Amino acid sequence: MKFRPLSHFSAAALLALGLAPILFSQTPGASLTLLSREGRRPIPLTLVGDQEFVALDDLAPIFQLTVQESLGAITVSYRGRTIVLTPDQTLASVAGRLISLPAPPARAGRRWLVPVEFISRALAPIADTPIDFRKPSRLLILGGLRVPRVVVRHESTATTARLIVDATPPANSTVAQENEHLTIRFDADALDLQIPALPPAAATSIIQGIRSVDALTIGVDVAPRTVARSIAQPVDNTMRTVIDLTAAQTETGAAPPPSAAPAPAPPLDLPPSFGQPAGIRTVAIDPGHGGNDQGAVGGGGTKEKDLTLAVARRLKVTLEARLGVRVLMTRDDDRDVPIDDRTALANNNKADLFVSLHANASMRKTAAGATIYSAAFDEDASKSASGNAERVPAFGGGLRDIEMVPWDLAQTHHLEKSTAFAALLEDQLKDRVPLAARAADRAPLRVLESANMPAVLVELGYLSNPDQEKLIASDAFQHAFVQAFYDAVVRFRDTRTNGGGGR
Amino acid sequence: MRGPRALAIGGTAITAIVLAWVLFFVLPQRFGRRQQTSAAAAAATPSEAAPGRKIKAHLFYVAEDGVRLVGVERDVAFGDTTLQQARELVAAQIAPVSDPLVSAIPAGTTLRALFVTDRGEAFVDLSREVSAAHPGGTVSELLTIYTIVNALTENLPAITAVQLLVDGKEVDTLAGHIDLRRPLTKNLATAPQP
Repeated sequence: MKFRPLSHFSAAALLALGLAPILFSQTPGASLTLLSREGRRPIPLTLVGDQEFVALDDLAPIFQLTVQESLGAITVSYRGRTIVLTPDQTLASVAGRLISLPAPPARAGRRWLVPVEFISRALAPIADTPIDFRKPSRLLILGGLRVPRVVVRHESTATTARLIVDATPPANSTVAQENEHLTIRFDADALDLQIPALPPAAATSIIQGIRSVDALTIGVDVAPRTVARSIAQPVDNTMRTVIDLTAAQTETGAAPPPSAAPAPAPPLDLPPSFGQPAGIRTVAIDPGHGGNDQGAVGGGGTKEKDLTLAVARRLKVTLEARLGVRVLMTRDDDRDVPIDDRTALANNNKADLFVSLHANASMRKTAAGATIYSAAFDEDASKSASGNAERVPAFGGGLRDIEMVPWDLAQTHHLEKSTAFAALLEDQLKDRVPLAARAADRAPLRVLESANMPAVLVELGYLSNPDQEKLIASDAFQHAFVQAFYDAVVRFRDTRTNGGGGR
Repeated sequence: MRGPRALAIGGTAITAIVLAWVLFFVLPQRFGRRQQTSAAAAAATPSEAAPGRKIKAHLFYVAEDGVRLVGVERDVAFGDTTLQQARELVAAQIAPVSDPLVSAIPAGTTLRALFVTDRGEAFVDLSREVSAAHPGGTVSELLTIYTIVNALTENLPAITAVQLLVDGKEVDTLAGHIDLRRPLTKNLATAPQP
């Protein structure tokens, strides 16, 4: 009784076999690609109905198989292990264990054909070498070669475009631009590549074509005078490279005259200002806690880790869409991220602003209101962070002094700008959300200390206060917070471009 | 028959006086002392100090507003060295309290060990509950940490900085916010003021 579903299955397969003489056809050009240390070569495929078959004779030399036919069974031997197939059976015995195939073996002249699944279900379990069979892309990868599956997606508007390139398992890539040609070259042995078809309107848009250049390189043709910025970030078991393409404007790079009068305050609802957001190009958002670390939990069950992620996602969308900046997230799902990894992402990608989002708690329910923290260091730490000049040989001879700042004290050099941003944010928040009595405060916060850019930690409100818990979980509050934050970033950018200087 | 009657009245009076004396003076002294002695013995460290001797000290509890600490004058067992006194202070500070006081120390936290360096840095090793049972949030973390920092630095001028250890180990933070890798001083601008 145990095999009942399987016998149904084989009955269906027998029916298919009955039809086989009608549908049996060798499709020219259809083949598997074998990737191994010796290079790549095709293995011909034969189609029977929808089922792809491969000839045992073609597999034999690759895996050193011997194929024998006797007493109505086909015996395939591999290094002392045997696979037994029966011509009208979908069941096969692999080293004594039963497996099922989608169709029984089929005879084509003197050759035996087996369904392609034979490779993953029968050969792979007994092979000494790793066999990775990817049916959708018809790839057969031997010997543990690094062949990431690369999926390219794109989004376009009239003046901007974005390419999202996901490599799974993660593989690093290098993005290079030469005029109208962009290349993305991967550090791998080969690529399992999926390139999207471009819509016909592509001729007028920024992305004009995406193609495979060689085994490891994707080429993208872009419109003349396109500026590309790329950023790589691991997402689960994938390395995601996001390439933002913007049409360069004629005034790009022209700095405002230094003697210009202070710019008028920008209107509250700025149109999307792509081009070059001078001063702020990249913002790193750090949704606090995550995974096993829930953070504070409200009486109503609101978890800090979920709240911070929800607000971070809203903030990312708004900053990207309206400010045209790159936004990095230290996490985009519910997971543990070590504190040092959070700042490392911001530091390694040269973010211009780092914001860590949190929700507060107190032992008393009275506490209420949002707080914006910048880092605090005691005197000893500040001293050890400065004046550590080291004399190193300079290129071309001679010596020069470089300043050495310990990793965990990097923030000491940005404190002034961090507190300036905190003040701007307090100013924008004060009429829109409830603030704590001391709304802009300082504390020795671990996550801010190693941030090598202006950095603040925002406590949105108190989960320990039932009214506050309801408030900060609400759509209205989160919307108001995001708008205020956006306005603060706009003002911060303007102070930096109008004589504030870079960092 | 005046004589036996007076005798009976006098005898009853004397018995009553003796009984009252025993009840109100002898017993309380005996049992009271025994209680104090056992309290001293139960403290985290074997104290050489005279049992029952107390000092007045400021211990710290969460203020009404929930974001600051307030100092409350309380009796703490006397310790005859800075180290002994520091242990008595922390033991008293982490002890559970009842309304209207609210402690910022998570329930179940105990003092595992305490050391003071020549430079006046106290290393306070608390049991894992201080981190594992912590409610989270930057403010509550600040309150917990500065409860200990303030209790030691306010009451013992010889102690200038405090580093917290959890379960015998240095930790990055208690609940993900405040950096505990370096000793913290009372004068830090962020310390919630008493």
